Amino acid sequence: MISQVFILSSKGDHLIYKDFRGEADKDAVSVFFEMVTALSGDQPPVVMSHKDLNFIHVRQGGLYWVASTKTNASPFTVIEFLNRLAALTKDYCGSLCEKSVRMNFALIYELLDEMVDYGYIQTTSTDILKNFIQTEAVTSKPFSLFDLSNVGLFGAETQQSKVAPSTAATRPIMSHRSEQGGKNEIFVDVVERLSVVIGSNGVLMKADVEGEIRVKCYLPTCSEMRIGLNEEFSIGRSQLRGYGTAVRVDECSFHQAVKLDEFDTYRILKVCPSQGEQTLMQYQLSDELPCAPPFRLFPTVEKDYGSRYTDCDLPHTQKSSTALNVSVTVPVPKGSLSLSQELSSPDQTAELQLKNKAILWSIPRFPGGAQLSALFKVEVPSLSSASLLEVGPVSMSFELPKQTCTGLQIRFLRLSPTQPGMSQRWVRYVTHSDSYTIRI
Amino acid sequence: MPYFGSEETVKDLKRALSNPNVQTDRLRYRNYIIRVIRSMTQGLDVSSLFMDMVKASATVDIVQKKLVYLYMVTYASRKPDLALLAINTLRKDCADPNPMVRGLALRNMCNFRMPGITEYIQQPILSGLRDKASYVRRVAVLGCAKMHSLQPNTEIDPSMVNELYSLLRDPDPVVMVNSLRALEEILRDEGGVVINKPIAHHLLNRLKDLDSWAQSEVLTFLLRYRPRSNDELFDILSLLDDFLHSAHAPVMAATLRLFLHLATAHPAVQADALLRVHGPLLATCGSASRELRFAGLCHVQQVLRSQPALYGNHYKRFFCGYSEPGYIKFRKMEILVELVNDENVALVLEELKSYCTDVSTELAQAAIAAIGRIGRTYNEKCLDILTGLLALKQEHIASAVIQTFRDLVWFCPKSSVAVCKAVEGCDESLQDDEGKQALLWLLGEYGEQISGAPYVLEGFIDSLKVELCSVVKMELLTAAVKLFLCRPAEMQDILGRLLHYCIEEESDMCVRDRALMYYRLLQSGVDETRKVLLGPKSDPSMTVLTGRPEEPVNIWASSFNTLGPLCGTVACLENTSAENSVQQLHSAEEKDGAEEFKLSPPEQTLRTEAIEEELSCIADAAEELNLTMGPPLSHEAFERLWLELQVAHQQALGIPRPAETLETLQAAFQLVKIQTLAFTRTDAVPWKAYMYSRAGGTLILAELLQGAPEESESIGNLLVSVKQQPENQQAIRSFFSVLTNVLQTLSSHGSQN
Repeated sequence: MISQVFILSSKGDHLIYKDFRGEADKDAVSVFFEMVTALSGDQPPVVMSHKDLNFIHVRQGGLYWVASTKTNASPFTVIEFLNRLAALTKDYCGSLCEKSVRMNFALIYELLDEMVDYGYIQTTSTDILKNFIQTEAVTSKPFSLFDLSNVGLFGAETQQSKVAPSTAATRPIMSHRSEQGGKNEIFVDVVERLSVVIGSNGVLMKADVEGEIRVKCYLPTCSEMRIGLNEEFSIGRSQLRGYGTAVRVDECSFHQAVKLDEFDTYRILKVCPSQGEQTLMQYQLSDELPCAPPFRLFPTVEKDYGSRYTDCDLPHTQKSSTALNVSVTVPVPKGSLSLSQELSSPDQTAELQLKNKAILWSIPRFPGGAQLSALFKVEVPSLSSASLLEVGPVSMSFELPKQTCTGLQIRFLRLSPTQPGMSQRWVRYVTHSDSYTIRI
Repeated sequence: MPYFGSEETVKDLKRALSNPNVQTDRLRYRNYIIRVIRSMTQGLDVSSLFMDMVKASATVDIVQKKLVYLYMVTYASRKPDLALLAINTLRKDCADPNPMVRGLALRNMCNFRMPGITEYIQQPILSGLRDKASYVRRVAVLGCAKMHSLQPNTEIDPSMVNELYSLLRDPDPVVMVNSLRALEEILRDEGGVVINKPIAHHLLNRLKDLDSWAQSEVLTFLLRYRPRSNDELFDILSLLDDFLHSAHAPVMAATLRLFLHLATAHPAVQADALLRVHGPLLATCGSASRELRFAGLCHVQQVLRSQPALYGNHYKRFFCGYSEPGYIKFRKMEILVELVNDENVALVLEELKSYCTDVSTELAQAAIAAIGRIGRTYNEKCLDILTGLLALKQEHIASAVIQTFRDLVWFCPKSSVAVCKAVEGCDESLQDDEGKQALLWLLGEYGEQISGAPYVLEGFIDSLKVELCSVVKMELLTAAVKLFLCRPAEMQDILGRLLHYCIEEESDMCVRDRALMYYRLLQSGVDETRKVLLGPKSDPSMTVLTGRPEEPVNIWASSFNTLGPLCGTVACLENTSAENSVQQLHSAEEKDGAEEFKLSPPEQTLRTEAIEEELSCIADAAEELNLTMGPPLSHEAFERLWLELQVAHQQALGIPRPAETLETLQAAFQLVKIQTLAFTRTDAVPWKAYMYSRAGGTLILAELLQGAPEESESIGNLLVSVKQQPENQQAIRSFFSVLTNVLQTLSSHGSQN
């Protein structure tokens, strides 16, 4: 059971504090913050103890979400609860940041009051909670220049009118009560996280995909939704389904509410989505990618009178889609002084980060099938041949919209009964890099 | 943190709240109340507004009501007299036709933590228990627990307990789970809610209707139930089967724990469960939430203690992600070291090698140490990597490599040739104390094989004046004397200078004493010195811990899905002072063991450490089974009781008496809260031991007896007789399981060595 729940900003301001059992002092909050800021890099922060009080916390949206308990509770439960609290806060407030929590603290108190009683979790389901939550969310300015930079996130380049801007999904679920909101929309996102290691010889050493199908629902009522996946979708290694376009995953798990009676034959998921965000299905694929890894790197490293050249060629193998927010981190030897670079286009930037001993090369847009190259010249005094060892693995982070690595697609999305009026359905795909490492 | 000008703020708020214009304007009124709550959260003392807030509670605006209640609950204990004024409004709300209002009022009324509130809440709670809205019943059920906690020492109302037990059959799942929770709290002194066969099966059947939070909690409650027969056990296990694959990590973990617990006597079933759950557990290790990932990794580590082979093929899942925080990377490296086998060693080493140049010093050093651990089994490959790293000439890397070398040659003396070759000429890049100590130790130990050793030492001696760390100086003394014994010609002069400096000019007592000791030792003759310093050491290759012995699942099963694995070695729940002192003793011993690692015969240290570690796990279990030592029992009192009481239970354990010393046995039992009173001599036949413990209000006396050895050949069988006052079968069962666990642990270690 949970004694207290509190939310702190990254600077330690108290945003939310609720004591459920009266067993612990309010001082616990400052004790926690002192402990968490005093931790050294290698100490695990997730669970900390002070006297007989245990603190469990998660970091989300730059905030500390903390629960304290005096019992030896299940860590999975408490961590999942805090994650769920953060997710609900995001659902109700629209976005997750210090500002939105500050503005909606009354709402969050109300949520907490219904979610937990005397330290015991009562319910976290949006369907039940929405009957009890009365406070309306205060959103920060709905449109700002900052949001504009994200508009292209889900590939808005051609069909502006047909594509939902990314901010559409970051509004509070309850806003239909107010006059300005009230669009009946449902978003189905297929999100995959890719973690890849490519060896120095170009061989794919590790490739894991963690994927999920998420639904974000703004429909006030929706009796049933049917989501059709690829018919060739197979789970596990033994199942072989013909040739060609089979989509395979290793493991797959579903949300409790998903009905699977048509899944075996037709690969249809049936669900009655509740308002807010839900993960309907999670799947993993390891050690195998049905397509080539999206990026390869052909580096050459040369030494030249106390300075050093790195030449990076970076071809993008996925022809169909444009990668966004690509950043490449190239480690450099200790003691590097300065960097001069030759990049292929002006929107790219590269900088030498001395603190991290690395060059950060960022590419805002990377068209499919293109090949970019860059030449970095780093000045390193007292360069030895061994220093080249330090030019360690290059890591990349990127986003690939409209793309799934497993090939999972949503064939159709049907709502029944058909929603009256203007209900809109959006299906979006995106692949993120969880960790994309290329050894040199 | 009080803000500057806080009094002004409170005054402003007070003025605004009592302003009739504000009170009539609903939105403005609510806004001011929001400001009060905001100040309260920030730590401002707004208790002086209590009166105004009580007035504000009489409203139809439910949002405002909720905010005011939040305020009142926070300050009720400080203003009990004013809080009583609010009770009337709340009691009126408890009779509201809207169930939401009823529930809200009842919940908050029960949350007032102040003396004297009970008389006002008793009636509303009782009527709430019979309310037709499940929302109100949920609140009322937990209200019973709250009421009990307000007056902990009063009699428990049996009619309320009965009512709560009957609410276990409530159609609403949350009411059912809340009744369990409330009963657990109310009956805590009697050992918590009773899970008998009908209740257990009722809970199991309802499990599917519950949401994931309630499921994992009910599964935890079910840990208390012991099936009567094997048939029942397997029925339960097959019911639980689906939940092992639950998409919710908490349910999966709770089910696995229950599985392991129920199948204590069936290791094959446990192994099968672990095998089947490895997929979901791996999925948590790759979850989007870092904290969940961490929890998953810690639990994988536990599973690996018993089944090291289970994750061998999935080693790539434990490669560190580029953006992961340090604490996850450390865990992953620890796991990688455990997973290494002939097939994956090359790839794992390549991966670890790429971490060695990481920008984080700690991470790089941990990666180097991990390579060293693997090097105990896969010697050559690791030595190549480590030697290559020395060429980087970076302080923190060199230091970590040298320390790893030191540990490696201790375990694998055969690697000394390569190490000696690598060590030459890396002294310039060492700056930190630990690295210097390690280098000095290597120079002293293998000085013969390192041609430049005397010159390196000379360098150290030249800079002695600026050396601050006394441990480095002591290590230097030892190394110089050792080296002198094998290379006297080169060292004589250097050693003379060192001893002179340390005796005449050094201000640190320890260093001076050490120098004097070596000086006198040398005076008594070189042969004597050699005998002392280079005397035979224990054979370390005997203790190479390649592939730790697989531990039985039961040793860690009880701490699965608790905070224990996440806290690492630090015991996170120390409640009783008795346990504290044991713990302190325990950790002090451990520290000694670590420091004397090189001096004492290592197998002894390692073995006791391992035993202690396992025992502390059982100790956790013992805590859960509520064994306590209680006040000490005198020998006379024990004897009197023993003669008075009948034997309550007698059982042959099927384990021989552990071959440990009596002190070890006694310490082991103490750790699990069993006090030993008397032993016969070790070689006596029959061998007897008397011990006692307390659990759930009863006193348990026990006798261990091992008959004459010719009776049962070489394997003596321990016979345990237990007497008890007053009767409590459950306590005896838990006592037995703890006792068996301890003896098993001890005897398995005894037989290994």
